[in-house]
Amino acid sequence: MISPEPERPANAASYLRIEGVVKRFAPGAAAAVDGVSLDIVAGEFFALLGPSGCGKTTLLRLLAGFETPDAGRILIDGVDMAGVPPYRRPVNMMFQSYALFPHMTAAENVGFGLRQDGLPKAEIAARVAAMLDLVKLGPLARRKPHQLSGGERQRVALARALAQEPKLVLLDEPLAALDRKLREETRFELVRIQQRVGVTFLMVTHDQEEAMSMASRIAVMSGGRIVQLGTPQQIYEEPASRFVADFIGAVNLFAGRVAGAAAGFLHVDSAEAGATLVVEHAPLPTGSEVAIAVRPEKITLAPDSMAPNRLAGRVRGAAYRGEASTYEIELAGGKLLRVTLPNTGRRTAGYATGQAVALAFAPAAAVVLP
Amino acid sequence: MSAALRRRAVLALPYAWLVLFFLVPFLISLKISVAESVIGIPPYSALIDASGGSWRLDLSGESYHRLVTDDLYVVAYLNAIKFAGISTVFCLLLGYPLAYGIVRAPRRFRSLLLLLVILPFWTSFLIRVYAWIGLLKENGLINNALLTLGVIHQPLLLLNNAFAVYVGIVYSYLPFMVLPLYAQLEKLDPALLEAAADLGCRPWQAFLRVTLPLSMPGIAAGALLVFIPAVGEFVIPSLLGGPDTLMIGKVLWDEFFANHDWPMASAVAVAMLVLLLLPMGFIRRLLQGETA
Repeated sequence: MISPEPERPANAASYLRIEGVVKRFAPGAAAAVDGVSLDIVAGEFFALLGPSGCGKTTLLRLLAGFETPDAGRILIDGVDMAGVPPYRRPVNMMFQSYALFPHMTAAENVGFGLRQDGLPKAEIAARVAAMLDLVKLGPLARRKPHQLSGGERQRVALARALAQEPKLVLLDEPLAALDRKLREETRFELVRIQQRVGVTFLMVTHDQEEAMSMASRIAVMSGGRIVQLGTPQQIYEEPASRFVADFIGAVNLFAGRVAGAAAGFLHVDSAEAGATLVVEHAPLPTGSEVAIAVRPEKITLAPDSMAPNRLAGRVRGAAYRGEASTYEIELAGGKLLRVTLPNTGRRTAGYATGQAVALAFAPAAAVVLP
Repeated sequence: MSAALRRRAVLALPYAWLVLFFLVPFLISLKISVAESVIGIPPYSALIDASGGSWRLDLSGESYHRLVTDDLYVVAYLNAIKFAGISTVFCLLLGYPLAYGIVRAPRRFRSLLLLLVILPFWTSFLIRVYAWIGLLKENGLINNALLTLGVIHQPLLLLNNAFAVYVGIVYSYLPFMVLPLYAQLEKLDPALLEAAADLGCRPWQAFLRVTLPLSMPGIAAGALLVFIPAVGEFVIPSLLGGPDTLMIGKVLWDEFFANHDWPMASAVAVAMLVLLLLPMGFIRRLLQGETA
């Protein structure tokens, strides 16, 4: 199943075009990047999302020019990048380790590329100051990297990648080295800076929450290929495969067999659920093997007795997470489900372990996966 | 024994070593250097003269006076610094690419290449310097080979001159340059060079702006390890040098063993140590400025 091409700004030309790029690190070895094609529009915040080893970082390094593709083309602003060395590419990269020059101050790091471009001293100073202000590091301009905290180093790296005013910035796991709280704050900060500067961001990450909260479009990668491309909502609500459904957020999967179709609804016999489930979906041949995917927050507990897809189970465990609680519920057949309920009231009692509960999900809340 | 005491005991060991084998001999040399040369055993006057019934400190500045007034010593010092300095530069020019090449070599070859750098140490230093005589002399290996090939028609004068001394010092001390440079370059994060390339540096520009400044501590360590022993070197100028390659180490040796003038030899040694402290202090200052 192919997800529909996500919406893009009207008549926006693609700034970065990747055509059938293949990269193998040894002849005969499995391809690290296996025929990736992608169009990225100017001004986008685009995320390459995938587990480690999926080829996302290799793809980024191919764009920066640190690796050469074995097949395919990379066009930046319409120019074929074949044979163009990294120092002549109109892109800048923010490295996962930041790769700040340890013998230079924050200001010298930010101004490194400008000095290389041979800009007049006064202009370099002005631009460095503007960049450091943008990332709120003005007072620390004369510190060396080892005198800065992790978050400050991250901002120096970002300022350095933006200083030469590239149209495309490549970000390799930009938040991975930060602690959790700082990471969440920095997400908004990065998006704010990207929108303010109006530059195209291409970010690589293995963190689905990060990708979804920051990017306007996401390409999910697995085994060197793009397995789904879409907006965060499309990726989450309409996963194209079990891999995507499972990788992006939590999901409950019911294996089953199509029993029939009627009026836009599909009836699926599922032994795991111990019931015939009803989902909103175009007709499929009777007897085909499918999986029904339901997100934990789309399941309700204690539904009314007439609700469709009503199942009975028992609470096996509960995790209070503050804004919501997650329950593990065992169905009669032994199948474990995850259900998330928002804690709307301050004194909501919740469900106790061992308690028998009924649960249900709407036919439109589930997705049918091949 | 308490932890603090144990820690002090551990620290005491290197200090005891330094005091016993460095400070005490130095003080003895210092003491001898302010004595007068006499014929006898030991061949220098006593520091404290107790002959006239009262105790009298007997200090003589004669050796130091000669050190600064006699051209021989000044010339020998300057020569030593010149030979050591130029040799250090050549060691750096040869050693840097060597160390860089080893760092960049495939991992499985690296220890082999390092072993090859250290390999000459397995043969006696003296024998290796003698071997250079065999290579450089008038009917030596190099001259014979060049004559046979018809490149030259007269044997070249390769031995007993400054050239031979440079060859000897650079050859002997090259590993002391290569090893600290290797240790420094090995620490260099390859991502830094990628970052430099990403920001517009061609490879040679990245070398000048990133690799070279970051290898300064290794360069300084290597330069000191070559320069300091090379200044005091006497085997190489004795065996390979000629009349125009007088170095202070050889003067010291001659004062001690040929002239039996222990006070003069000690004065030369003390002055050499003081002179060597200057470049060390300078480089330390430089490196502290680098990391601050």
